[in-house]
Amino acid sequence: MVDTRVTLSGWTLDNPIIPASGCFGYGEEFHEMYDINVLGTFSFKGTTLEPRFGNPTPRIAECTAGMINAVGLQNPGVHHVIEHELPRLKTFFHKKVIANISGFSVEEYVECCRLMDAQEQVGIIEVNVSCPNVHGGGMAFGTCAESAAEVTRAVKAVTTKPVYIKLSPNVTDIVSIAKACEDAGADGLSLINTLLGMRIDLKKRQPVIANVMGGFSGPAVFPVALRMVYQVARAVKIPVIGMGGVSSARDVIEMMLAGATAVQVGAQNLVDPYVCPKIIEALPGEMERLGIERLNDIIGGAWK
Amino acid sequence: MRFVIESHVRLTESVYHMRLSGDTRAIVQAGQFVQVQLSGFYLRRPISVCDWRPGENGTLDLIYKVVGLGTEAMSRYAPGTELDLLTGLGNGFDVDRLDEVTASQFPLLVGGGVGTPPMYGLCKKLLAACKKPRVILGFNTAAEVFWKQEFEALDVPVTVTTVDGTMGIRGFVTDAMVPLEGKYDYVYACGPEPMLRAVHAVCEKQEIHGQFSFEERMACGFGVCMGCSCKTRYGSKRICKDGPVLRREEILW
Repeated sequence: MVDTRVTLSGWTLDNPIIPASGCFGYGEEFHEMYDINVLGTFSFKGTTLEPRFGNPTPRIAECTAGMINAVGLQNPGVHHVIEHELPRLKTFFHKKVIANISGFSVEEYVECCRLMDAQEQVGIIEVNVSCPNVHGGGMAFGTCAESAAEVTRAVKAVTTKPVYIKLSPNVTDIVSIAKACEDAGADGLSLINTLLGMRIDLKKRQPVIANVMGGFSGPAVFPVALRMVYQVARAVKIPVIGMGGVSSARDVIEMMLAGATAVQVGAQNLVDPYVCPKIIEALPGEMERLGIERLNDIIGGAWK
Repeated sequence: MRFVIESHVRLTESVYHMRLSGDTRAIVQAGQFVQVQLSGFYLRRPISVCDWRPGENGTLDLIYKVVGLGTEAMSRYAPGTELDLLTGLGNGFDVDRLDEVTASQFPLLVGGGVGTPPMYGLCKKLLAACKKPRVILGFNTAAEVFWKQEFEALDVPVTVTTVDGTMGIRGFVTDAMVPLEGKYDYVYACGPEPMLRAVHAVCEKQEIHGQFSFEERMACGFGVCMGCSCKTRYGSKRICKDGPVLRREEILW
């Protein structure tokens, strides 16, 4: 009997499979399709202090082995999440959840994280400093080591729960930003967010996405994500949640060999809503075939 | 959900009719849609349900237009091919729950182009509910007209309009609505946005309630990615989950 458990900052998950923020809502739609308690946990939709409608449509473009989205952090706001989404989630999900938080100023991040820190259903606060789809916030904080560190420090000052910073791949040196967050007190890191991309409609001769550019995700980005997880996990002492194009149990094991302690699954949930339970079901068999007894033992197994 | 293509027929230059067999129990309303997985394409393709026979061994009729590489690849699928579908998606046409629907006796169904297929399943539902529907089908030209005989076989009054006048009334669906004024008390519409706007304007003017089916680029089709949000009088709605059918009074035009 293989052991799929992993531990993130003292929180032991039954397995390392975590649907990624923005691909799982607040759990309700997937609850209609399967028992989401089989998951390690999930990261809920990026939440901001105020409700946001997001960007104009079209917000979606297809790519080879992937997609671009420019949703623009549509969410009902942190107060609605606390008053409605979390109580509803509690009725069908019996594990703690990862609270994904975004903001447009340090003060907004601080206020949102402070409110989330008081929620007993929240296990980890994942601070998104890497959304490519909003102006004057989001990624702006994650593309510069100093501002990423500033957000980290400010959030850490008002929270008691583990804080993970979600990093952008749209940078020249992700390792230096990761280290800056670690030095500023981050308990862990999540990476990667989407890669900035675009498509052009050949007939209309204009961008497919109304916001022109968007975040590229899906199986096509897996090698890029894996490389960054490898680079970052080797350079820091805090745990890394790896994500980007993961769509199979083999991808999960590969991500963990690169140094991820747990793995998030994003875009694949949108095309195959059952992908996470499928991965969880396939994982023990895949581990046995590869001679892995405890998943926890292979983290960073590819480092030399 | 596994489906098998039973038959696949070209109806016009770019419109195809695909009949599939499989478990259709999740489909409960006309106007719902399915998400079709296509080999070699990352995102599924949302296709409205034209008609369905309910059951574990049910049948599903899809009529779709080739609009890009995905639907072009789909058009080459041969009978016997297995397809993976997500079914029963979306909030379809309501035929009996709303007060104004219950009160209505003479619904008018307006379909434009590839927006006409869901009207067929809806028409059958309305007939089963003892309503007396009539149908307007709008196309650009006679060569693009499809499914007219199938509607007529339901024994309901059918008016065809073509923009160039090569079949039926020359003009738009709204031109066919004028002579029918007073003969309908509710409107269901599906078609391109300019058509929906025009029909919506007629309904507002005549103070007639109705339901309108929308289209938007989407990723998941089941309400989580927020790719297809639109603003309505009652806040933000997801075309895939809260729609594709919206009620006249919530649409912001």
